[in-house]
Amino acid sequence: MDLLNQIFIAPFIQMAGAPDFLAQVLWEGFVSGILYALIALGFVLIFKASGVFNFAQGIMVVFAALTLVGLYQKGVPAILALILTIAVMGVLALAVERLIMRPLVNQPEIILLMATIGLTYFLVGLGEFVFGGEPKQMITEELGLPTGSTEIPFGEQGVVILQHIDIAAAVIALVMVAALGLFFSRTRIGRALRAVADDHQAALSVGISLNQIWAIVWFAAGIVALATGIMWGARSDVSFALEIIALRALPVLILGGFTSVPGAIVGGLIIGIGEKLGEIYWGPLLGGGIESWLAYMIALIFLLFRPQGLFGERFIERV
Amino acid sequence: MFYREAGQYKSSYEADQAVFPLAQDRIGMAVILVLAAAVVPFIASNFVLEAILIPFLILALATIGLNVLTGYAGQLSLGTGGFMGAGAYACYKLTTSFPDANLILLILLSGFFAAAVGLVFGLPSLRIKGLYLAVATLAAQFFLEWCFIRIGWLYNYNVSGAIDSPERRMFGLVLTGPNASPVTRYLTVLAIVLGVTVLVKNLVRGRIGRSWMMIRDMDIAAELMGIRPLVAKLSAFAVSSYICGVAGAMFVFFYLGSVEPAAFSITLSFQILFMAIIGGLGSLIGCYFGAAFLWILPIFLRNVLPMLGIDVGAENIVHLTSMIVGVLIILFLIWEPHGLARLWQVAKEKLRVWPFPYA
Repeated sequence: MDLLNQIFIAPFIQMAGAPDFLAQVLWEGFVSGILYALIALGFVLIFKASGVFNFAQGIMVVFAALTLVGLYQKGVPAILALILTIAVMGVLALAVERLIMRPLVNQPEIILLMATIGLTYFLVGLGEFVFGGEPKQMITEELGLPTGSTEIPFGEQGVVILQHIDIAAAVIALVMVAALGLFFSRTRIGRALRAVADDHQAALSVGISLNQIWAIVWFAAGIVALATGIMWGARSDVSFALEIIALRALPVLILGGFTSVPGAIVGGLIIGIGEKLGEIYWGPLLGGGIESWLAYMIALIFLLFRPQGLFGERFIERV
Repeated sequence: MFYREAGQYKSSYEADQAVFPLAQDRIGMAVILVLAAAVVPFIASNFVLEAILIPFLILALATIGLNVLTGYAGQLSLGTGGFMGAGAYACYKLTTSFPDANLILLILLSGFFAAAVGLVFGLPSLRIKGLYLAVATLAAQFFLEWCFIRIGWLYNYNVSGAIDSPERRMFGLVLTGPNASPVTRYLTVLAIVLGVTVLVKNLVRGRIGRSWMMIRDMDIAAELMGIRPLVAKLSAFAVSSYICGVAGAMFVFFYLGSVEPAAFSITLSFQILFMAIIGGLGSLIGCYFGAAFLWILPIFLRNVLPMLGIDVGAENIVHLTSMIVGVLIILFLIWEPHGLARLWQVAKEKLRVWPFPYA
């Protein structure tokens, strides 16, 4: 009885008792949800266009952030460093397309997954080799991103603290999603991308260059990775510990479906908010630290009811 | 020329279906076994035994466990590290609760605990497939890892939070603990690994193994032909986690000696998945190839690069190794996507007709 009370009643009383704290928790969850969604977006872009589950997305985030900070520390001005980093991600995209995707075209998906894991090993080694493994400070101010925080009065006497960088992250994420949406639906390349996602062979037969499309998609994923890296880096440090967030984005991806951009966003928000609420209100019951697996459990429960994710295309199996 | 089956007639069904139908294979295998069991322990240094051969054998066994699930039954799993940990912690609890029991027996028993855990986390596989299932097994991985850290009962509430292998004897020999000789440990590991391999080989060519492969190739068609997916998938999960559990227990008791929960992290799961894929999915000999390749290559590179005059400092060697391994994985996939086991097949075909280009 006491246990039932602790699970079903006490947390809600706690929530109702301190609405400002609840609002703070929800906001934190919202921000981390947005960041999860950004990583998931990188995955979705590549999966949609090539059917490759890009395991290296997480390390691309770290690699992009490291390149940016590393260049700045070597004395390059912040803006130039940003441009150079974008160029590096472009080169990486071209190299991936030419050296990995092209020779492995039409292989089963697990082989392509393995190839991106090989890429992960390579980028981890390269990043540490060139820039060193110690954690670095993200150059938030130099890039013109806001710092500091605002306190908003909430309820009777409570306050909710909003970090400016979090607001910026949310805005940038929304702008990026909107831009990608427009890019996919309005531009010539965007339509070609959707055609490739639909059917590789049909796209080839109407004269779309697969190689070109893949290079563009990997480049776009690189840009998304850079944006994610800057935002995550501003919240914590830039280090290889960030790599693990790629795995955190997996349940988001599963929840939203591998092929859906809005799914990535909604999935990210569900996981981000669910994780924070669970950790703070139910976590003490289990001794804390449940953040590490709660997201997977949430995704698992959703999956049992909708095996293709919330927004994924329904698959019909035939013998 | 060296590998001809000419003149070897099979007169019974048993002879035709034997594990090694060719005399050359039987001789080759016997030579390898004699070398591994009777020659290696005498010529190998303690470093080679402790740092290369023992972990290689244990990881090969874990790879076999994963291969049963992923290679034969077609269910992608990223929870291998967690299942290995389940076996290791079960064995630790068993041997500290029953200090007088035979350790080998306890190691084999602890696999059943891992199998039970695997069964529970295999349940979602009845409904979800492919990459989606990978997330279910990731849930297992992170949940188990959390259990190893948070549930004090599992490590007997000791302060360090780590489990270590107590000294256990069998037939008067020190089997585990700091005083056990590498040769004893190597031979014990070798015996268990070979025993399980033989068992698995016979499982996968029997009725149950065939039902796994049918599920892998097309589950709906298999179901229509009378295979029960519930039984086939869950048995694959159980057998796979049993083997992984045994490997995990040996990992602690015969290799590391003392283990923090971090040893059974997601990194280990991935390492074993690479071994299975590089070696070749759905092949037992591939498991040994894959484990050898991914375990021995980095050690080799770490020792050889400085000898070649590429002196980049101790920490950069690790990074350089990581880069080289990454490039090699990609090259291998491009060159031979079906793994080292397939290369071995091709080599055998070549040997068969040598010195002619074709037979």
